[in-house]
Amino acid sequence: MDSTALAFYSLAFIIIAAAIFVVTAKNIFHSAVYLIVALFGVAGLFVLLQAFFLAAAQVLIYVGAIAVLMMFAVMLTARIADAGVRHTNEQVGTGLLVSLGLLAVMLYSLWDSPFQFSGAPVAEGAGLTLGRQLLTKFVLPFEIVSVLLLAALIGAVVIAKKDDTGRAEPKAKYPAARALREDPDIVRKVPR
Amino acid sequence: MLELDKLVKIVGDAIDAGIRALGLGSAWVMVIQLAIAGLVVVAFAAVMVLFLVWLERKISARMQNRLGPTRVGPAGTIQTIADALKLLQKEDITPKAVDRGVYFWAPIITFVAALAVYVTIPFGEGLIVRDLNIGVLYILSITTFTVIGLLMAGWSSNNKYSLLGGFRSAAQVVSYEVPLALSVIGVIMFTQTLSMLEIVEQQEKFHQWYIWRQPLGFLIFLIAGTAEANRTPFDLPEADSELVAGFVTEYSGMKFAMFFLAEFLNMFTLAAVATTLYFGGWNGPILPSWMWFIAKCMVGVFILMWFRWTYPRLRVDQLMGFAWKTLIPLAFINLILTGVGIHLF
Repeated sequence: MDSTALAFYSLAFIIIAAAIFVVTAKNIFHSAVYLIVALFGVAGLFVLLQAFFLAAAQVLIYVGAIAVLMMFAVMLTARIADAGVRHTNEQVGTGLLVSLGLLAVMLYSLWDSPFQFSGAPVAEGAGLTLGRQLLTKFVLPFEIVSVLLLAALIGAVVIAKKDDTGRAEPKAKYPAARALREDPDIVRKVPR
Repeated sequence: MLELDKLVKIVGDAIDAGIRALGLGSAWVMVIQLAIAGLVVVAFAAVMVLFLVWLERKISARMQNRLGPTRVGPAGTIQTIADALKLLQKEDITPKAVDRGVYFWAPIITFVAALAVYVTIPFGEGLIVRDLNIGVLYILSITTFTVIGLLMAGWSSNNKYSLLGGFRSAAQVVSYEVPLALSVIGVIMFTQTLSMLEIVEQQEKFHQWYIWRQPLGFLIFLIAGTAEANRTPFDLPEADSELVAGFVTEYSGMKFAMFFLAEFLNMFTLAAVATTLYFGGWNGPILPSWMWFIAKCMVGVFILMWFRWTYPRLRVDQLMGFAWKTLIPLAFINLILTGVGIHLF
């Protein structure tokens, strides 16, 4: 086995093991840590493919932003990291169906795609080419993804925001001041 | 003095020839070369941190009208070595209520991340471990591991002060990473490359330094970088008057030392990246290149220490408001101005 294959199989082992731990870890903070290991492993795979720009972007975005936010959310949620939080709920059947469907789609696309191998080394300055392509040929998909992310962001805010309509008006903070505003003569009506 | 530059090259070539003379395969030669380079970087980092700690104590003392360390060695220069030896001998306590695995790995991740950055820093002409063609991006992405270490430390310590420190550091770093990256993009628009080596080579003459073309960008970089390195006025994650010691509260012995080392390494990294991006890296007349680099870095380090001992700490809400309402809009304005400027001239 040559060194590239050795590196690939060790990375693959680390990624898969970490990914399994992500879903089986008893503690959700541990899941987040294992997720970082898995994502960093994927960056390692990119390095192995000499896609250095993608590797750096993977670490910067997935590890630096997404995983950090995830840890942040876990820490902010009271008692979510306590022992004995359930892993499964009554949606097991639906979940199984969805994941099996996803697996089938992925396997099909893997099976169906013609992989082309080329012995040529990766060109220098691949990041430059990537940037040019993203802002010229692929500018439309790029922008659509941005809008999609923005929509997801706004959607998340709307869902997370408490719905106040239809509820009783919240209790006034300063009842005395309010009474005074509604009826300035109230002072005189106060029995002495 | 340029002979000193040649001396570095001669020593390097001699070591190289020595390795090749062993008659191993090319892969092994590379492994040994990288191992030696790694050792040199670790040694440099250790010595630099020892020096920086002494410098910080001296500067802070002078700013507060004190003397600082004076007893151990001339002007207290060996004081940090004595302190380091003391730290090494201390018992490594793991409190009962901590989450052992995460608690163990947190300082290691923080320290390794701080050290890994040094791979792409050009210390002098031909003095770089590896010139990656994504150099700047590599530094930006590796430094994010520091905050993961802090978060892990804050959470696993099972202590409210540590947890609050972890919170604050995550919110702070995620917010300030945006203006930091945006200010760096301003330089990248000029350089058209991410390689640290090429960026230095483009700034050979004094008037070519990118600080002249990116003054606003440099200011944003300096402020956001100070926040990323958790230095005062942005040292809320370990605000000692509110949070005991923040995320390091439960750590002792070598694990504490690792956080400490990482903090000082990050400070030097910030100065080194600023030198490379804005101040021409190792370019300069008469003196050998690595001396210029270290001198410029030391000026940067002094400015950071100056900040620390003269500014009061920000409040949490001020901190976030400053990042999102002031720095990020400014960074975008800088980006637009740079783009317009490049298009026009």
